Amino acid sequence: MSGVRVLVGTRKGAFILTADAKREQWDISGPHFAGWEVYHLKGSPVDPDRLYASQSSGWFGQLIQRSDDGGKTWEPVDNKFVYDGVPGTHQWYDGTQHPWEFKRVWRLQPSLTDPDTVYAGVEDAALFRSKDGGKSWHELPGLRGAKGHLWQPGAGGMCLHTIVLDPGNPNRIFVAISAAGAFRTDDGGQTWLPINRGLNIQYELPDPKAEVGHCVHSIAMHPARPDVLFMQKHWDVMRSDDAGEMWHEVSGNLPSDFGFPIAVHAHEPNTVYVVPIKSDSEHFPPDGKLRVYRSRTGGDEWEALTKGLPQSDCYVNVLRSALAIDSLDACGVYFGTTGGQVYASADSGDSWAPIVRDLPAVLSVEVQTLP
Amino acid sequence: MIRVVLPYHLRTLAGVGREVELQIDGPVTQRALLDSLEARYPMLRGTIRDHVTLQRRGFIRFFAVGRDLSHEPPDAPLPVEVATGAAPFMVVGAIAGG
Repeated sequence: MSGVRVLVGTRKGAFILTADAKREQWDISGPHFAGWEVYHLKGSPVDPDRLYASQSSGWFGQLIQRSDDGGKTWEPVDNKFVYDGVPGTHQWYDGTQHPWEFKRVWRLQPSLTDPDTVYAGVEDAALFRSKDGGKSWHELPGLRGAKGHLWQPGAGGMCLHTIVLDPGNPNRIFVAISAAGAFRTDDGGQTWLPINRGLNIQYELPDPKAEVGHCVHSIAMHPARPDVLFMQKHWDVMRSDDAGEMWHEVSGNLPSDFGFPIAVHAHEPNTVYVVPIKSDSEHFPPDGKLRVYRSRTGGDEWEALTKGLPQSDCYVNVLRSALAIDSLDACGVYFGTTGGQVYASADSGDSWAPIVRDLPAVLSVEVQTLP
Repeated sequence: MIRVVLPYHLRTLAGVGREVELQIDGPVTQRALLDSLEARYPMLRGTIRDHVTLQRRGFIRFFAVGRDLSHEPPDAPLPVEVATGAAPFMVVGAIAGG
């Protein structure tokens, strides 16, 4: 019987929420790695029982955990993330150059074809890859060659938080880095290009058309249309129709175009979801109303989805990795909040209900559609 | 045997109780103790000291016989009470909020 498994990373552990295809009755498992920050968990698309989790702590550093039974048991694998060669330097807050220093893994992206291959996006920003199920990690250093010396950390740290694999072209990968921008490789990660043309905005950068330095919050793609990308930027919701060569704004009638996550419907490549946040200074929903916005037109025209969501006195945030889509029919949508709620919609966002209300602050939400 | 007390999260990670015992041949130093600990419990690598530099992580402290040994050179002999097993070497998560 088909169903879903929702993987939730929080400030104090991981939780696994499972349900059948109706998505009404939920089983809650956790906390896994209790007391540790879990920035991200994700399952292999080709082996749903193979999960990877990023577990970290200010005291004890970074661990990577792997499960081969859908999260029932876990095994720590290699946690050694060493930059390739001489790490070099990037811009620091005071204008000087500062050495690259590994802090944590923000994102784990399993390969679309091989359960033993998994990518890790880390802070300070770099991309690592394991080809042996997490037993060893090696950097793809060409990324930092894409003007890395000009990158500098924003308030959230200089993190590589988004990894999007092109299902039609194994050599093409998109990544996004806070306060640096979006980047693309077309040769399997050897060389990278900044893809930030069109991300023009005043007040964020002295040169709004700078090649790097743009604060990209997340990127989403529909697998059937890999050249079309949607981006939630610091401000602005953007779209590219040519794999990032050029971006144009599709914020349209959103109440605020500031926000963190963005996602695309599983079966409708032109249906996109965002969660508007009031501003970069006030990280909570406009007017205290928690609203997901859906565009069925690939942007520009947005409708508020409110049924079942709090419409007064709500001041939570939804972080960049905390919005996910399942591929059941009808498509399910999930998001987690910094207030510890995980909301689910089993009807493409028309109506919502909380799965859980009182978790630690949610850092990430992923969902697996199980056979 | 050398006795080592681990903090809660590292006990859970290594699947051990509050205290573990190590056999160390040769001088009993902080480096020898941590090398032995990590060899026996490889999942602890990187959690107490950096993989590459072997520097103690910032919020880890080493206590023994009522003293803070965190800033002692890694190759300095540990107190005789630790070397003889009369007192444990304590790996401590510093008080740092959270």
